[in-house]
Amino acid sequence: MQPFTLARPASLEEATRLAAAGAMPLAGGTELLNWMRLGIAAPARLADISRLPGLDAIAPLPDGGLSLGALARLNDVAAHPAVRAGYPVLRQAIHKAASAQLRNLATIGGNLLQKTRCAYFRAEESLPCNRRAPGSGCAALHGLNERHAIFGWTEACVATQPSDPAVALAALDAVVVVAGPAGARRIPLGDLHLLPDAAGAAADTALRAGEIIVAIELPGPAPRSAYLKIRERESYEYALVSAAGALVLDGRTIRRARLALGSVAMKPWRLPAAEAALAGLSLDDTAALRAALEPAFAEARPLSHNGYKVPLARNAALRVIGMIAEGHAP
Amino acid sequence: MTPMDPAPLRRDLVRAASLAALAPALPVAAQPAAAPAAAPTLRVNGAVHDLAGLDPRTTLLDWLRERLDLTGAKKGCNEGACGACTVLLDGRRVNACLVLAATLDGRSVTTVEGLARADGTLHPVQQAFIDHDAFQCGYCTPGQVVSAVACITEGHAGSEAEIREWMSGNLCRCAAYPQITAAVQDAAARMARGEA
Amino acid sequence: MNEGLGSPMPRRDGRIKVTGAARFAADVKLPGLLHAALVTAPIARGRLVALDPAPALAVPGVARVLTAADMPRFAAVTTPPMATAVQPMQDDVIRFEGQPVAIVLAATPEAAEAGAARVAARYAADAPLLFSGERAEVPSRESFYVFEEPDLARGDVPAGLAAAAHRVAARYHQPPRHHNPMENSATLAVWEDGRLTLHTAAQWTYGVRYGLAGALGLAPERIRVLAAHTGGGFGAKGYTWPHQLLAAVAAQVTGRPVRLAYTRAQMYTMTGYQPEVAQEVTLGADAAGRLTAVRHASVSNTSLTDDYIEFAHAGSAGMYATPALQLSARMARTSLNIPMAMRAPHEGPGMFALESAMDEMAHALGMDPLDLRLANHADADPSDGRPWSSKKLREAYGEGAALFGWRERPRQAARDGHWILGTGMASCIMTVFRFPASARITLRADGQVVLEAGTQDIGTGTLTIFPQIAAGELGIPIERVTLRHGDTDLPETGGTFGSSSTACVGAAVQDAARKLRARLDGIAALQPASLGAPAEAPEALLRRAGLADLSAEGRYEFGRPFDAAGHAGSHAMRTFGAVFVEVAVDPELGLMRLRRAVGSYSVGRIVNPRTARSQMIGGITWGWGMAAMEASVVDPALGRFLSKNLSGVAIPVNADIPADIRIHFVDEVDPHAGPLGAKGIGEIGAVGVAAAVANAVFHATGRRIRDLPILPEGLLGAGAG
Repeated sequence: MQPFTLARPASLEEATRLAAAGAMPLAGGTELLNWMRLGIAAPARLADISRLPGLDAIAPLPDGGLSLGALARLNDVAAHPAVRAGYPVLRQAIHKAASAQLRNLATIGGNLLQKTRCAYFRAEESLPCNRRAPGSGCAALHGLNERHAIFGWTEACVATQPSDPAVALAALDAVVVVAGPAGARRIPLGDLHLLPDAAGAAADTALRAGEIIVAIELPGPAPRSAYLKIRERESYEYALVSAAGALVLDGRTIRRARLALGSVAMKPWRLPAAEAALAGLSLDDTAALRAALEPAFAEARPLSHNGYKVPLARNAALRVIGMIAEGHAP
Repeated sequence: MTPMDPAPLRRDLVRAASLAALAPALPVAAQPAAAPAAAPTLRVNGAVHDLAGLDPRTTLLDWLRERLDLTGAKKGCNEGACGACTVLLDGRRVNACLVLAATLDGRSVTTVEGLARADGTLHPVQQAFIDHDAFQCGYCTPGQVVSAVACITEGHAGSEAEIREWMSGNLCRCAAYPQITAAVQDAAARMARGEA
Repeated sequence: MNEGLGSPMPRRDGRIKVTGAARFAADVKLPGLLHAALVTAPIARGRLVALDPAPALAVPGVARVLTAADMPRFAAVTTPPMATAVQPMQDDVIRFEGQPVAIVLAATPEAAEAGAARVAARYAADAPLLFSGERAEVPSRESFYVFEEPDLARGDVPAGLAAAAHRVAARYHQPPRHHNPMENSATLAVWEDGRLTLHTAAQWTYGVRYGLAGALGLAPERIRVLAAHTGGGFGAKGYTWPHQLLAAVAAQVTGRPVRLAYTRAQMYTMTGYQPEVAQEVTLGADAAGRLTAVRHASVSNTSLTDDYIEFAHAGSAGMYATPALQLSARMARTSLNIPMAMRAPHEGPGMFALESAMDEMAHALGMDPLDLRLANHADADPSDGRPWSSKKLREAYGEGAALFGWRERPRQAARDGHWILGTGMASCIMTVFRFPASARITLRADGQVVLEAGTQDIGTGTLTIFPQIAAGELGIPIERVTLRHGDTDLPETGGTFGSSSTACVGAAVQDAARKLRARLDGIAALQPASLGAPAEAPEALLRRAGLADLSAEGRYEFGRPFDAAGHAGSHAMRTFGAVFVEVAVDPELGLMRLRRAVGSYSVGRIVNPRTARSQMIGGITWGWGMAAMEASVVDPALGRFLSKNLSGVAIPVNADIPADIRIHFVDEVDPHAGPLGAKGIGEIGAVGVAAAVANAVFHATGRRIRDLPILPEGLLGAGAG
């Protein structure tokens, strides 16, 4: 790590002021410290926001939803009774993320700001990577891209977004509340992460300079929801593909479906057409469910080594519906 | 969000100029955090240590190992991918390699060196690790032991499967995993019987 | 007499390891310590054109930057004890990515790391050399890594294949995999009065002494190597690596103690890895399943400069009775760092291929895979016809099969929800190595016994086993035995590798104890004893004779009857076993999980069944990693290991390994294996597992996977379901 100074803002306003002046907010630290070690980031100043008062609160919203303070630790979010009862997909996604130790440090707000796990991006040397060194090219495009994107990539960047909670939150239509020098605003979770543009999109998210995530708002509960994470190792590993699903059911009939895939694009990948096609189908009609999902995957654009991700993602989407139908965790 | 979804449309983007217009969970006004009255300190295994003048880059792990000579916590990856540096921070298990020591004013850390009683009596988890041969080279063991203590106190030692999952943040290349699982089960039972 | 042998004694290093008191190399501190951080080349091949240390020197806390110009010219040393013939920082040639080019020394680790990142270096890169079986070459016999014949032929293989009723010919492949011990290698070096002391992570303290003595031109006696506890080795710490040499030089140049601890990334390029191995196995069998010919050819990658080779056919040379054998091992150069022996070398990769092919043959014959193995049991060494020193593989098959329920297993794969359950088995075989060893035992008049040997603790149980042997021989409680180890000031032993320590150091300990008893008996004979008095405690005898203490040195020499590789002499010596697994496959999601395993072994005497069981469980887990996830992938354009960390390279976690792993040892004492009758068990547990898993996947899904690891990509859509 290169030298930096450490500020401890006493208020959110002070924190956003510091951030606008170039300080990087430090919350859980599970990402930022590694960025600094690898040279992905070299901030001259950190603003330790981890103990800003009130920002770790989990509280009901007047409309029946739930507000998750951005500084709430992942394990605390998953353990909260309202999350346990109303948002199993989020609880499962958190429990499938990282390790128990990391989840005690990592915050729900910071987790959404994870950078890609693309091995070229994460190397201890700067390798050809437009996201790390703009203009240096994308080594993964024609390199080892088994774990890379099948949706939404450009020749400049084929990476994926690795957050598990983000996929669950995307399926839940969560909204991210941010505070910044120009005030506060709400960003639908689906708009938080940016797909790469033709130049490689150095920006990961829609956050503007100085903006800090202060809360994540969930709409009303989604008790029929589940998260599926696929990886060769049973635990403590990033996903090859993941799927989050939330259903509204009428008996065995799907009234409303929300589905998001993880590790297939630089953002959680919602399947709007499939969601619409699923409405009205019976949970027991596997062939129809599969047919409803299929068109979404015709749009997939696999890379040289990740063609398997297309059927894998489709099967994951189908399976997560099955998991919800069976009413139990994977 | 996708265009198909009506739900978020209920919420127009807030362009509030004041933070007070935000969701109720947010602080209405800037509240100053408790200002440190004295030099920053950190409690480790019950003893208070001065944090003043610390290089901000120093991680809790390096600080414990190099400054306090508490070398039980190990540096296996220095990126949070192995668990060898696991310590308890205010009673919760964390990777010490991912915490800056200078941010810990007023907090409390327990390392593997702080688990046994002053008279040398081992913590039930430590004893169970010996009884079940739950280590070989011993390098990951301090992290495993601390993690196991937390796993039990968190209530995640209810079954073999639950222990295996909640102990997966600690890699063991000698691969004493089944013995570790058995040790955690055994220690959990001993602690439940009040032998801790 | 041997009451200590065979007892499941708890580890004597338990307390220090569960309390954090056990000190590993990087845990040692000295006043005035400088922290070293290495600058390494980011290119696979080429030249270092320019290196500017000034930006690093400007970092507060940085004391010194050392480059090749600051290095002495190291003398040539054989490999081993040096790991590689090309020593670091001697010229401007870059031979692999990750090669050290500068050392930054600073008062704190933070400053050293920041300084290393600031060293400005320019390189001229050449195209990397990638693995290709078509560039296979015969290794030079000058390398000590070439301890076997690269070619072995017996009988007429073409005729055997022509006469076969069934033939199987298939290619198998595995990627490079790293040892990844949890402890990164580290060395603390300090010079005092022209004498060098190192605290280091090592599997062979004396080897480090010899390596450094050769390279630095010092008398070995002027180098003391201490390794109290080594945080896992698996072959990564067997020989002398740059951290030891560079720490020694940096301490010499600065006149201060220097600690050089590798980062995890540096472990990937400066401690070796199991190479990429491509294999081809051809089997012929008659209608009854008896093998008519075995052909096994392999190519493994090595570096540009060293001839490391994986003798993948080592298992095939000793496993099955066959009239015709044709075996060959070749290596292919790459611009990667040198590979290295890794648990289990040679037989580990090779038995994946042979035992997969045997399963393919069993399927072709419609025969139970276990029956095929039994039909081809080798009653003598198939490579030269010598008798076995001991072998109870038939018992291992039978007792293992009974424990697993192999004969009762469902012939059709069973289902458990979305999971398909398959069973598979494989034979295990391992060469055991022998190294000379010595040990000293001292009995003091207060009754305490001090056992001394230079050997190291890498977790295999030796800290318990050696005192156990001594206590048993002397007929005293183990609590009275103190072991001093991990120090070249103590009697010389070989490395803790090659499944050798228990048999060799243990034999030296036993010899020392017996000599001590003989000396005690001699003293007793000189002392007047009252007739009919109860046996006198040895320490009482010592006191009565007016002695403060009494010592004896014991030795184990190889060549009687086995050579260093354990297979010359009148008998052939191997360890054997069988591993049975049940694996669950979810073909829709490409998932594979281990449900249960049985390992059943014929390995000679087991000195401590408790530590032995743990070692075998560790081996089976190691094999699961090989089967299911481990791969250090090489980027073809950059010619480097892409991920050099534990976040991008998967090794098994607790959740991968079920509690239901049963270990069984056949009751056996090998009369030719040395005085203990023990052969060595450090590696065989990892052998055969990947094949058993691949065979179980075939049973579950009908899909034969010949490329490791078996990933979701390869399993997706497998099976009728």
